[in-house]
Amino acid sequence: MLNESDLLALGITLKLAFITTLILLIIGTPLAWWLSRSQWRYRFLLEAIIALPLVLPPTVLGFYLLLMLGQNGPLGGLLQSLGASPLAFSFSGLVIGSVVYSLPFVVQPLQDAFSAIGHRPLEVAATLRASPLDRFFTVVVPLARPGFLTGAVLGFAHTVGEFGVVLMIGGNIPGETQVVSIAIYDHVESLEYSNAHWLSGGLLLMSFLMLLAVYGFNRRFRLVRHAS
Amino acid sequence: MGSIAVFVWSDMPARTHSDSQASIQARFLLQRGEFVLDAAFSVPAQGVCALFGPSGCGKTTLLRAIAGLEFDHDGMLQVGDMNWQQGAHFVAPHQRPIGYVFQEASLFAHLNVLRNLEYGLKRIKPADRKISLEQAVHLLGIQDLLQRKPHSLSGGERQRVAIARALAVSPRLLLMDEPLAALDQRRKLEVMPYLKALHKELDIPLIYVSHALEEVAQLAHHLILMEAGKVVASGEIQQLFTRLDLPLAHELEASAIISADVSGFDPEFQLMQLAFAGGVITLAAQPLQLGEMVRVRLMARDVSLTLEHQSATSILNIFPVTVDEILSTGSAQVTVKLRAAGVPILSRITRKSAQELKLEPGKKVFAQVKSVALLS
Repeated sequence: MLNESDLLALGITLKLAFITTLILLIIGTPLAWWLSRSQWRYRFLLEAIIALPLVLPPTVLGFYLLLMLGQNGPLGGLLQSLGASPLAFSFSGLVIGSVVYSLPFVVQPLQDAFSAIGHRPLEVAATLRASPLDRFFTVVVPLARPGFLTGAVLGFAHTVGEFGVVLMIGGNIPGETQVVSIAIYDHVESLEYSNAHWLSGGLLLMSFLMLLAVYGFNRRFRLVRHAS
Repeated sequence: MGSIAVFVWSDMPARTHSDSQASIQARFLLQRGEFVLDAAFSVPAQGVCALFGPSGCGKTTLLRAIAGLEFDHDGMLQVGDMNWQQGAHFVAPHQRPIGYVFQEASLFAHLNVLRNLEYGLKRIKPADRKISLEQAVHLLGIQDLLQRKPHSLSGGERQRVAIARALAVSPRLLLMDEPLAALDQRRKLEVMPYLKALHKELDIPLIYVSHALEEVAQLAHHLILMEAGKVVASGEIQQLFTRLDLPLAHELEASAIISADVSGFDPEFQLMQLAFAGGVITLAAQPLQLGEMVRVRLMARDVSLTLEHQSATSILNIFPVTVDEILSTGSAQVTVKLRAAGVPILSRITRKSAQELKLEPGKKVFAQVKSVALLS
């Protein structure tokens, strides 16, 4: 069964995934919108940077983040000089790392959904007196619903499953930065296979159910959209 | 006797004194890749104005520029007393009191028909609501569709909803981009009567993009003729249809449009008479009122010419006319512009016939009209 520290790790994992997903939706939405509409000729540069976490070993990303966030790093040093605690080996540091690490998983589905809408529904809304912000919330958001759902679930699931980045910048502090994936690793290292089974099985089931919900919902939505 | 195509019709909207002076004046210079729109026109801000020209000539771009959906820094647009674009001054599309109907209905897929109709209606001030939702619904005959989702509607139904949605914002200018082009012939005939009803019921100027001469002949009072991004000519449809220096008069479907009023009925033969300045047109009786203004279309290919008034002929409609202008259409044919007491009529005959009749401007001949289409 799960012991107390496993439950703690589970709590931290879910909290991290929720906060990360929320932040990603807030910054990912305008970013994806801009990417889907921009005519800027160097847009591909930004797209490549956002996609980097897809191909980079998490340890590489974690290593650079550690350098950035540590006491001697540009960001960590700046915060320390302002009197804040350093970000490395803290929950805040994990959030920053997760946001960077899961960014493409939220931005790309959103960007695809926004592009698929095209210009026409927005032009129609404009001729029906809707201001640009009004158009975004009453036309783009409802029509891009599958994109939001896919992005949120992928961002959430990907954050739950991260290991390398967390290990590099968060360490393994129980109750602070120890997440489920690391707890599983610890259990296996100490040959506590029963605990590892419970945690792994739980994670597997949760991930599968989330993806099931997304694909099931999007299938229905797409069927309706295509018919019109 | 040739066939008589019949449509139900009433003519020009009643002119009101207050807006008889109002006009739509525009000048746009837009570049989109290789294509350059360099268009200027001025038409009255009333009735139906057709934007006509071949595909790719810039009709849609011009209409979009009027809506503010296409923007370049060089442009001017004045609609009645409203200035929408001039130098740095540019009114955003959502701040223009327009109604726009796109070629595809483009209904919001996530809203049902009623919500689609309400989308624009909710966004205008109550004081500006001159057309009620009920009125828009009634005019387009979509009472039974309100709770349906767009994907469950037929193409014709969708386009009617789109037109009702554009009306529900009580626009002061209606813009339509070939609203019938995406529909098959049956759906076209389904939507057409609603379009015709619009200008009769509502006093809203309509600019209508089309590349179908038939549609233009039925609907338009004014015409803006476009070619390769430029406005070739603009003016009243009767004048433009019969100008030999314009491509319209040389089309296979070239015709003259005449306004006339119902002057009599012949119950014995089920005929009626329509009087116009150049004479009386006789055709099959229709349920119309005496004195009612109607519009008829005389195809150039149905008008033949004789030097003397033929008495032994099956043709009922023969008018004394004066040759105004002759221009060749292709190598074997000529198009002759005639005047029947000032009213322009076109005749398409062979060059050989023109030579044998010794046609020349000023010559007096008789026009025999094989068939007349009553438009409505």
